[in-house]
Amino acid sequence: MVDLSTEGQLDTVQMMVNMGPQHPSTHGVFRMVLWVDGERIVDLEPHIGYLHRGSEKLCEGELYVQIVTLFDRMDYISNLNNEMIFCRAVERLMGLAVPERAEYIRVILCELNRVASHLLFCGTFGIDAGAMTPIMYAFRDREKIQSMFEAVTGARMMHNYIRIGGVKGDVPDDFSQRMGALLKVLRQGINETDKLLSFSEIFLARTKGIGVIDAETAIAYGMSGPSLRACGVPMDVRKDEPYSVYDRFDFGIPIGEKGDSWDRYYVRVEEMRQSMRIIEQALEQMPDGPTITPSRLVLRPPQGEVYVRGENPRGEIGVYLVSNGADKPYRVKVRPPSFCNLMAIKELLKDTYIADAVVILGSLDIVLGEVDR
Amino acid sequence: MSALETLLLVLAIFGVLTGLSVIVLSLIWLERKFLGRMQMRMGPMHVGPFGLLQPVADAVKLMAKEDLLSSLVDRVVYWVAPLAVFVPTFMIWVTIPVARDLVIRNLDMGLFYIIAFSVLSIVGLVTAGWASSNKYAVLGGFRAAAQLVSYEIPLILAVLGVAMLAQSMNLEEVVNSQSTVVYALVQPLGLVIFFIAGLAELGRTPFDIHPAESEVVGGPFVEYSGAHWAVFFLAEYINTFAIAALTVLLFLGGWLFPGISGDVSALGVLVFLVKTYLVILVVFWIRGTYPRLRIDQLMSLGWKVLVPLALVNVVITASYMFYGWSAWSLSLMSLAILGAAIWGLSKRMRTAPTPEYTVKLYVPAPEASNAG
Repeated sequence: MVDLSTEGQLDTVQMMVNMGPQHPSTHGVFRMVLWVDGERIVDLEPHIGYLHRGSEKLCEGELYVQIVTLFDRMDYISNLNNEMIFCRAVERLMGLAVPERAEYIRVILCELNRVASHLLFCGTFGIDAGAMTPIMYAFRDREKIQSMFEAVTGARMMHNYIRIGGVKGDVPDDFSQRMGALLKVLRQGINETDKLLSFSEIFLARTKGIGVIDAETAIAYGMSGPSLRACGVPMDVRKDEPYSVYDRFDFGIPIGEKGDSWDRYYVRVEEMRQSMRIIEQALEQMPDGPTITPSRLVLRPPQGEVYVRGENPRGEIGVYLVSNGADKPYRVKVRPPSFCNLMAIKELLKDTYIADAVVILGSLDIVLGEVDR
Repeated sequence: MSALETLLLVLAIFGVLTGLSVIVLSLIWLERKFLGRMQMRMGPMHVGPFGLLQPVADAVKLMAKEDLLSSLVDRVVYWVAPLAVFVPTFMIWVTIPVARDLVIRNLDMGLFYIIAFSVLSIVGLVTAGWASSNKYAVLGGFRAAAQLVSYEIPLILAVLGVAMLAQSMNLEEVVNSQSTVVYALVQPLGLVIFFIAGLAELGRTPFDIHPAESEVVGGPFVEYSGAHWAVFFLAEYINTFAIAALTVLLFLGGWLFPGISGDVSALGVLVFLVKTYLVILVVFWIRGTYPRLRIDQLMSLGWKVLVPLALVNVVITASYMFYGWSAWSLSLMSLAILGAAIWGLSKRMRTAPTPEYTVKLYVPAPEASNAG
């Protein structure tokens, strides 16, 4: 009688796979050490810090007006949102009023930046799932937004446009018409990308029910933004604690149900549509007037500390600013949304496949420049 | 075998090798251009007119590249693996006719020979993954083994249906027996199974699981560079062409076309090539459209859908032959089963949000929004 049982004869061992920092789908220089049993992930250890530039420490050595450029380079996909949060922190500390027109320009550009950021996400998420065409369509539309930014701010990225007390300069004369045309094109483009990817059977099979996290765990890990809203928590700083002129617009917060990768993806798609609604309303309401409250080049905010929150494309960003009355801040601490969202990665990736790991990491939409700072 | 015959055989093999190389270059250009157009890009533009010489430039670059070698690789296996992949893919062309009587050796067991040889290249992929001493390569190699072995079965069963209809495994006779009606119309189910299984055999989207770039970074080929990588690449494209050619020969009437006499060889070759390139364009089209499946989903599609369907295909073909039903009855049965399968799948397909697949819009009450 031949013994057909393989027990004790075929030993399997766990394999350690080093994913990143040079891996095409870790979205930068994120590194995960995975222990896999075949294709199944048994354990993992995330490593960050490959893009650490000491931004927070650098801030302590720069004048307040110079720090805006450092914030540009933290989350390099949503520069304007980052500029805005720092400027708001200084303005709050100094009690500086911002002209109404400047607030509207800020909101329009920030929301446009949100659309650009989510478009990039949709494209790269498609790549993670193996679809190579959506990114081309997403980039076609993103490129138009970049051109718009160039027309307004003079730069495609790293704008340094939002200044303490307002914005650098007024928008071009034909801004409204150009924005109207742009929004029309964007609507169409987003619908195209949506059709190509969102409801493809294979894409649904790859993302539905993958990387599920429930609301309580997500909150416990400090997740925010679309990643948290996908779990069904309608948390949005723009609604909870309206800053700038966000309380004047009518818009909804897309929320998911299951908290899986598909929900995280589709919440962002819907958010783009809501952002465009905000832009349309802002364009209608935009008043005339000055765009900056004049202030000194070397600002010396009074002694004190301030914490401001804002809604970035990736989630809630917070800036904690301490001033000792000098021309440079005493301490700048940033609460980066990507970093906090990434904290849940161990929870999300346990007992999934390697192929899912890529999709789940992609669905969190991290920017390493912000995670490492 | 006389000296003249040997000489002719050698010449023919060289001819096929050259022809295949030219076809591979054309396929690379076509794929890049076609995908580019699908993605609103121009594709290659700068080398030669319409970028036609781009694949040549790529080939020259690959040949000139340094062959990097990790110190941990198993050298013999590592160098043999590209050949183990390439030789079988080339060998099957010995018996694939491109027009009437235009074939190196018209084997009576042609189909059997092709299937037997095409399985061999799996060994090359697994050894390439194993010998590279790279964990991604190992993962890719084993993915390839699982995937390719599973999809051999529906592929073989689909071919079996055709062989039963034609009463022959000789490819030329298979084509000749389609002179009245092509098997795509008689056995649409078989065509679909063959094409899907063929895509999986090729490792092309949506089944590009073993070279999956975003997961295992190129799979078994990750450590290869320069000319050795080029050999894998060559094999992949020859395989693509072979599967398309087999689809044309088995289901689409090969070099036959209504109104065109198959006796003129040059015209036959032209018809064959046009049909094959059209099939290849479908392959590229799918590549530009779909995401990638996961390995377990691929397995369940193979074993739970394709294999049973392929078996049903064989059974209905057999009963049709045994009871001598009229020809249209088989088409009807095949179409009905295909339709049922597509209907079953399409119940799960959607192109717009459904209550189950959407996100809700949360709009807080007005007083809540003004609270801050």
